[in-house]
Amino acid sequence: MTRLVSDVVVITRRNLLRNLRLPQLVLFATVQPVMFLVLFNYVFGGSIGLALPPAAGGRYINWLIPGLLVQVVTFGAAQTALGLTEDLKSGVIDRFRSLPMTRAAVLAGRTLADSARNGFVVALMLGVGAVMGFRYQTGFLGLVSAFLLALGFGYSFSWVMATIGLFAKDPETAQTAGFLPLFPLVFASSVFVPTQTMPGWLRAFADHQPVTVIGNAARGLILGEGALPAGHTVASEVRGAILWIGLILVVFVPLAVRAYRRAVA
Amino acid sequence: MTLVVATESVTKRFGSVVALDGVTFGFEAGIVYGLLGPNGAGKTTLIRILTTLLRPDSGRALVDGIDVVAQPGPARSRIGLAGQSAAVDGFLTGRENIEMIGRLYGLTARESKRRTEEILERIGLVEAADRLVRTYSGGMRRRLDLAASMVGRPRVLFLDEPTTGIDPRSRLDIWELIEDLVSDGTTILLTTQYLEEADRLASRIGVIDNGRLIVEGTPDELKDRVGGAVVEVSVPTDRVDEATAALKEIAGEPPKVDRVSGHLSIPAVRGASTLVAVVRRLDQLGIEPEDIALHKPTLDDVFLTLTGHPAEAEVTA
Repeated sequence: MTRLVSDVVVITRRNLLRNLRLPQLVLFATVQPVMFLVLFNYVFGGSIGLALPPAAGGRYINWLIPGLLVQVVTFGAAQTALGLTEDLKSGVIDRFRSLPMTRAAVLAGRTLADSARNGFVVALMLGVGAVMGFRYQTGFLGLVSAFLLALGFGYSFSWVMATIGLFAKDPETAQTAGFLPLFPLVFASSVFVPTQTMPGWLRAFADHQPVTVIGNAARGLILGEGALPAGHTVASEVRGAILWIGLILVVFVPLAVRAYRRAVA
Repeated sequence: MTLVVATESVTKRFGSVVALDGVTFGFEAGIVYGLLGPNGAGKTTLIRILTTLLRPDSGRALVDGIDVVAQPGPARSRIGLAGQSAAVDGFLTGRENIEMIGRLYGLTARESKRRTEEILERIGLVEAADRLVRTYSGGMRRRLDLAASMVGRPRVLFLDEPTTGIDPRSRLDIWELIEDLVSDGTTILLTTQYLEEADRLASRIGVIDNGRLIVEGTPDELKDRVGGAVVEVSVPTDRVDEATAALKEIAGEPPKVDRVSGHLSIPAVRGASTLVAVVRRLDQLGIEPEDIALHKPTLDDVFLTLTGHPAEAEVTA
């Protein structure tokens, strides 16, 4: 067990160092969410603002930020697939696999480092959001809880992406394959707009899929119960969110570890 | 004699391609074993199986008496891998790379640091230790790669084409490093496409072609299989008949003669003495040789004789 911890620490540190030394990676990872924030707020803000629940305080950005929180960590998780395939290609994974280290450590270290980067990016976005007029309507604790919940979801989603990356094997395929689940999950959700106007079949998916559940939980935590669809409570959304995170981990951690054992560049 | 590396009828297929077709071999501790063969012969596949990266379809593979398929964990703490199958991290410094690998071998942070300094000293990378590896030259990367594989003090080092694609000067550095390691008692399995490399470093050589080990032995044994040394001499074409008679006298058998080029050769049964005898006789006859040499067979000759095709054309790096 101590071996697992020390291996995970070593690998996490390695991946974090790589992040710091690839400034373009951090730059693009940071620019993208800020761009989303600016675009969505000023492009859609005007027309959507009118249809928002009162809990949003009359500002689209208050509605948008909790959603973007989830969108950003979900997209950020795609980096896991890319990073792993690059390591596969360069032979670094081969070296790790030939060492007497804990098998799961390479994946755990990768997903943890990617979550740390996610945390940095999201915190920065919250800062920019605040400058643009975002204000939480509940309390600071609510904001922090929403932040942690989003990171937790990003972490679990990193394992999905790790699995995809290990099956895809090369960075190009991983990039294409990784985006496949991203778009329906992020856009057919309550991230950008309330789901009420979607056709019934899509709404059935949109209302229950993890990104919406996490998004709602974040929204409830930041804006209060009034921001949630009728009949939903903050507690029920948070419970749902934790359930989704747990479920994804239970399914994808073993899948990814299995794929890692068999991965051949 | 206990074998430190041993395989028994190891086979591996990739789809319809047979990469290894029943390889059985082994060697004792403390030597360099050279696995020689052209691209795609199965060298890397064999290394990957022995280093637990790949499972064989059938057969057994043992490292230090441990079955690498049944007990990959214990096997991994006894091996080090470098070369084209493994890589160093370009975004870490040289020192960080080695320290990281040391930690992953299970050394404590302090042990790993101490061992890293020792190794950096040894491979001559102290100066460059704090530079990012992506700024290293190809030769430096290879040395670092080798260093990383040594950090856990493995029983057996697997070096997969350690000098492929680097300049001759760096190749020499790597050779010296390998010789240095062996003198310390490290056991090494080395794959190479370079006949010269196997000849210089290995005390035993296995030639692999199309997934089969076609011959094994010391470099000298292999050379003996294609016959001993010969004396080759070129004379002016109008003196070929005289020279032929003279060489026949020395060798006790008719020489091989190419009348067009004036090229003759006889077996050098007495080695250099045969060469001296030829020089003296030609001098007495007043024949000025255009070229004269004692030619010892190379592993290239071995390969051609054994497989019917030449080894991979040596890349002039």
